[in-house]
Amino acid sequence: MNSFRGKTLSWSVVGGAIELVLDRAPCNEIGSETLPELEKFADALGALRVEAHAVIISSARREGFCAGADLRELYSRSHGLSLEERVAGVRDFLERIHRVLNALDAAPFTTMAAVEGVVFGGGFELALACDLIIAGKMARFCFPELRLGLIPGFGGIPRLKRDLGNAMVRDLLLTGRSIGAARAHAAGLVSQVVAEGDALRVARITAAQLKKFDRETAIAAKKFIKPVPQEDLRREIEIFCSLLMRPAVQEGLQKFAESKDPLPYLP
Amino acid sequence: MPTLDATIEEILNLAAEHFHVPRESLQPGDDFFQKLGINSLQALGLLTRLEQHFGIELPDYELQGVSDFRTLAERIQSRL
Repeated sequence: MNSFRGKTLSWSVVGGAIELVLDRAPCNEIGSETLPELEKFADALGALRVEAHAVIISSARREGFCAGADLRELYSRSHGLSLEERVAGVRDFLERIHRVLNALDAAPFTTMAAVEGVVFGGGFELALACDLIIAGKMARFCFPELRLGLIPGFGGIPRLKRDLGNAMVRDLLLTGRSIGAARAHAAGLVSQVVAEGDALRVARITAAQLKKFDRETAIAAKKFIKPVPQEDLRREIEIFCSLLMRPAVQEGLQKFAESKDPLPYLP
Repeated sequence: MPTLDATIEEILNLAAEHFHVPRESLQPGDDFFQKLGINSLQALGLLTRLEQHFGIELPDYELQGVSDFRTLAERIQSRL
């Protein structure tokens, strides 16, 4: 399937690059509608290897790249369920999103996240699964999960640990503060900072450059330098599920879900 | 280092430009959430603009409870 248009995302092959565009209001929150479409995308990657050498993920939403997991849905779906049922449902969701992001992480393409605006939580984790992050200068990165009594659950900590020094990981994780594109670039997270609204254009130029390289060499280089941190990813799911059982988390989610603000955990 | 008044003036100019409102409509003591009708997402955009303009990093948690331009300017002054 070399093109697809779903309810929350679409993809097509443009100039040898698979362009995946997220488009779900308000800011591409990843929930029960997005996940099956992401799974479809991950499943399609193998066949697309023949006609594409790169993947570019971007957003059609003005608000930003992706604000993370759909916590309002997570909260609303928890009504009437026992604690064990809630945790089982979340674990199933995490296993599925991990399969998608692991497939993207190790995909035999050079993968790029072209990000603008909000790159929070699961959105940040989606970008971290890519090989390169190209950011518009108004992009902002954050792991706000601790504000809700949780840790990132889509592979964020293991992938951040892979890419950055531990002090920076602790700063982002333990303070939950958001950082701008310039800071993310200085830390080594972002490969290029470009003008606001220009990330996708620059990612396309980068994809055109990558096309000149021998494909098998690029795949071998990626495999050598970017191992998927499987063991830590498994541990992350376990820690997330154990934290989810605490009453404080449900209270945090309730507060979040009942707020009308797009990012209620921010000042 | 610029004076607090100069920093307030720069913030007001920047906020007016960022949110496309007349500069004259903004005063130092205004609650910017109410005056500009913005939510946390839009405030985050302003924070990014301010960081770029002043060449500083301002953790969002430091703005907890800050809603007027004068207090915002004081927080920025402390990092200049």
